[in-house]
Amino acid sequence: MRIIEAENLTKKYNGFTAVDGVNFHINRGELFGFLGPNGAGKTTTINMLTGLARISGGRVKLMGDDYTRNPKKAQALMGIIPDESNLYEELSGRENLSFCGALYGMDKKNREERADQLLHQFGLEEAGSKSFKAYSKGMKRKLTIAAGIIHEPEILFLDEPTTGIDVAFARQIRSLITNLHEKGTTIFLTTHYIEEAERLCERIAFIVGGKIVREGTVSELMAEAQEENLVNFALEGDFSLVEEDFRKNFPDYDFTKMKNNEVRIHSPNAFTLLPLVSFFEKKGLPVYEAKIIRPSLEEVFVKVTGIELKKMKNQKEGN
Amino acid sequence: MKAWIAFLNILMKDMRSYYLKPPNISWGLIFPVAWTLMFFLRSPVAVEVRDLLPGVMALSILFGTTSMLAVTITFERKSRSFERLLLAPISLNLLMLAKTAGAIIFGVVNAFVPVIFAGFMTSLSGTNWLMVFGSVVFIAVTSTFLGLFIAVSVSQVFEAQTFSNFFRFPMIFLCGLFIPLQDLPVFLQPVSYALPLTYGADILKTAINDNGIISVPLSFLLLAAFSALLFAYSIYNVNRKWIH
Repeated sequence: MRIIEAENLTKKYNGFTAVDGVNFHINRGELFGFLGPNGAGKTTTINMLTGLARISGGRVKLMGDDYTRNPKKAQALMGIIPDESNLYEELSGRENLSFCGALYGMDKKNREERADQLLHQFGLEEAGSKSFKAYSKGMKRKLTIAAGIIHEPEILFLDEPTTGIDVAFARQIRSLITNLHEKGTTIFLTTHYIEEAERLCERIAFIVGGKIVREGTVSELMAEAQEENLVNFALEGDFSLVEEDFRKNFPDYDFTKMKNNEVRIHSPNAFTLLPLVSFFEKKGLPVYEAKIIRPSLEEVFVKVTGIELKKMKNQKEGN
Repeated sequence: MKAWIAFLNILMKDMRSYYLKPPNISWGLIFPVAWTLMFFLRSPVAVEVRDLLPGVMALSILFGTTSMLAVTITFERKSRSFERLLLAPISLNLLMLAKTAGAIIFGVVNAFVPVIFAGFMTSLSGTNWLMVFGSVVFIAVTSTFLGLFIAVSVSQVFEAQTFSNFFRFPMIFLCGLFIPLQDLPVFLQPVSYALPLTYGADILKTAINDNGIISVPLSFLLLAAFSALLFAYSIYNVNRKWIH
């Protein structure tokens, strides 16, 4: 079942088109990633989907109901975690969670129980009574995520959840996102970290200049970028000894010798590994490793968008 | 029903976070005392506390409500915590009423601080307390919505302060509290009648000293109109400027 459907979604500010007719959908229980550089239109898209920005064109549906002109009716089903931790500095962690629950109409008993449960789940039990301003950046991020799910939304919007926090906390947050996804939460994630998108998301859309330039599952995106099939064989002996026989037996395959005992075999068609392994075995060169080489998502992204990843990362982090 | 849980919690949070803080409580106590003292010291003749009371009450409300609301909303906008409220599944009207309810209550409480002081200094017999309460509520509502209008018109906290004074100080001198309306220069009188505080102060003068000059029902009607207009314009501005 489709939770969110965006059709020809467009946002214009004073003649500037920030998001230009994007189309995508998110299925129930899916973790969908929006990957793009700074200013690509990721946050604007989230803002339109959640009702924080007015939609200039196109429409959005939540579980089949059009809410383009009335986002308020959809907001109860959404959890929104912005790219900055925007809870109340003067309130404690527990009070912040309880207050956020109240905004969604949860009664006192329910929201206090749920706040305690989330503090436990997010490893913030001890910090629950401390004021938010005393939290570290990573703790603030975790509590902001907890605040976004206190009302158990149908869909969670996560805008750049690990930007600007240290490695250890980023790992914890990725693990929390994975846990939420495993428990069935539908997640829309924007990020400029390609490895984060690759590791977490089931489907990804690349957005550049307000347009989706490619969309698909991680394997679909990689397959599309793969011009030929490659497999590396590590052998217990020198490949040169069987080079001629290899050509005769496998005329459709090309190869590159990497080292004396390592060869990379190229083919325009998909490989069947068994005949190759058998060939080497018969020739007295047992195979101790066979590895299919696929392009990384990073290579796919660079190829599709022409954007250097390092530049994108530095730009986002202000380096 | 569920929306009221959000309404009450926004109100309670604002009361705790902003209005019940010691600096605000002390402001509510010091402000009327300072104004009263100022008149005692400045006036060459004996000053009747009862004559001062409508003015001190009206100004306590005006300053108490506009100062806090304009600053707190602008501050929450800057820290982006206000986005959290805009994303909550409650109507914008109810949200803004929840944000302003704290300032209105604070204004009403502030107004009665000088009444308590005055009660120790002079007799307040003959005062129409129902009318006093009505006018206090209406002045608090219009002043709060004026604060809201200021908050949605600026983007920085310091701008909120400056813009508040732009409205407040002319009101002090043009609302007829210290200089009777009929004694103001003719070209300033239309300005006086365009200010909501003029009508609130006049009701207070009628209720406490029976010396107001404008019809009380008309004043209430005009205060209600000012409130509705300021609130509607603020909501329009929030929709236009904050939901891009």
